[in-house]
Amino acid sequence: MTQLVIEQALNGLQFGLMLFLLAAGLTLVFGIMDMINLSHGSLYMGGAYLGAAATHASGSFLIGMLTSMAGMAVIGVLLEITLLRKLYQRDHLVQVLATFALILIANEVVRMLWGSKPLMLNPPANLAGPVELLGFSYPAYRLLIIAVGITVAGLLYLLVTRTRTGMWVRAGASNREMAEVLGINVRRLFTGVFALGAALCALAGILLGPLLAVQVGMGESILILSFVVIVIGGIGSIRGALIGSLLVGSVDTLGRALLPTLLRSVTAPEIARQLGPAIASILIYLLMAGILFWRPQGLFPARG
Amino acid sequence: MKRSRRIVLEACLLLAAIVLPLILQALGEDFYISFATRLLIFALAATSLNFIVGYGGMVAFGHAAFFGLGAYVVAFLMVAGVTSAWIAWPVALGVTALAAIVIGAISLRTRGVYFIMITLAFAQMIYYSIISLQVAGGDDGLPLIQRSTLSPFDLADDTTLYWTTLSLLAACLHALQHISHSRFGRALAGLRQNEVRMEALGYPVFRLKLVCFVVGSTIGGLAGALLANQNGLASPSLLYWTQSGMLLVMVILGGVGYRYGGVVGAITLLGLEEVLGRFTEYSHFFIGLVLLAIALFSPGGLASLRGQRQ
Repeated sequence: MTQLVIEQALNGLQFGLMLFLLAAGLTLVFGIMDMINLSHGSLYMGGAYLGAAATHASGSFLIGMLTSMAGMAVIGVLLEITLLRKLYQRDHLVQVLATFALILIANEVVRMLWGSKPLMLNPPANLAGPVELLGFSYPAYRLLIIAVGITVAGLLYLLVTRTRTGMWVRAGASNREMAEVLGINVRRLFTGVFALGAALCALAGILLGPLLAVQVGMGESILILSFVVIVIGGIGSIRGALIGSLLVGSVDTLGRALLPTLLRSVTAPEIARQLGPAIASILIYLLMAGILFWRPQGLFPARG
Repeated sequence: MKRSRRIVLEACLLLAAIVLPLILQALGEDFYISFATRLLIFALAATSLNFIVGYGGMVAFGHAAFFGLGAYVVAFLMVAGVTSAWIAWPVALGVTALAAIVIGAISLRTRGVYFIMITLAFAQMIYYSIISLQVAGGDDGLPLIQRSTLSPFDLADDTTLYWTTLSLLAACLHALQHISHSRFGRALAGLRQNEVRMEALGYPVFRLKLVCFVVGSTIGGLAGALLANQNGLASPSLLYWTQSGMLLVMVILGGVGYRYGGVVGAITLLGLEEVLGRFTEYSHFFIGLVLLAIALFSPGGLASLRGQRQ
């Protein structure tokens, strides 16, 4: 039992860190530009496909990863300059319409290029096996994801909280007009933020590729999870996004793994079998609704 | 447009819609009667969402919950042996209304973006609850053995189902129109402009918004009940967040807050899907381009091209 809990806790940490890579970009886009970007999940899908293709072509997972991050950063910048920039001043509804349209377009472009069948992406050969860890075995590849996730999350945290650029970003999220008046070029800063966000999406996409299927529509379900994360954490707050991701990642993973067993010990097996998965899958939404009910601005509101 | 001219135009369109199935039958294109019914059902769903978004000023991103609930209640009752629409449909409306009261009462504590997200969260909760229930058919959905019976009418006949849907759509459009000109509708218009002022004037802001949310959601449930009959299936995809997105896109495409915004949006989107589907495998690519163009160049939606917001 303890072994199961530790293993699932590690899985939860791993999932949470990947969610953070997605949520970090999303929360800044949302916080600074007040823009609802539904197409954020498409960047994640694009990153996974690009990464899988580059890995197959080069034979190296690392090259695939770097290519996909660079490629999605470029696509992100182009998208921001040509299209999204025109939407910042518009109504939320128009942003929903335009970025929903982008989801449709992105899904079809991916289908045109790679077909409807899911792509296979294998983890690097030397990481494919399990490793011994505190007396039980855990997949080496998942450990790599955790390591990369912690490193990137740490770097991002330092970037946002300890550097001048990070200070500009936080100023922009807290009050954009004021930041502009103080001489910060929020527009250019934002193009940079968007490129970084897109690269992080690509990183999450290719890292999760070997674990989840690389397929059309993979962005839609994870997009909603990222929104849940940033709403729980407070829109525009990096710290909130980190806490929210870890919370959502572990609650979701542990809930799915442990809740059916726990229920079986309190109720009849038949009821537990029916209710367990149902409750486990709505747990994070209950969490979000509960947090919004008591703290309507999320845990760490960015706007003072 | 002058009022008298509009009434004449509306009457002509209604008449055309009434005789449409007869023309299609004469042409031997019976398949399109079902398609037209589908258009009307989605027009009803989009119109109900437009009432919440456009009149009430609440951007609800969870309309699929009510749409899907209406469908599932009809399917559940069918499994339980209740086939009469006179019983099943009112029950579907009742259940949807109840869900809307609970969800609305909690969600309306938040505003703006947080309202969008909390309505989405509730809709996802309902989606995941239903797909993990085996009695609800899980991922496969719940098929209907037959259509509801609406004696003395025969709903098994496609044309009758079409006319039933048309009458319900016309009745709802008329009722919503009536509501928007009532004291309640005027108060809603005031709320959209300035909530704080309405509060200061002594209007029960929370209750007004909740009533608007519940009315719109319940009509969404009615559309769901109709769609279950049309498809012969209550499918989980009706509850998924992309369905909420699609309905919202229909409303924005047609025109938020315009009387026929929902109708125009639904017919345009589904019509485009049908027509493009005949020429290309990648119809959503072109639909995406059209939606993008609307967002950039006509953000008020198609209805705004003619003016007369109401």
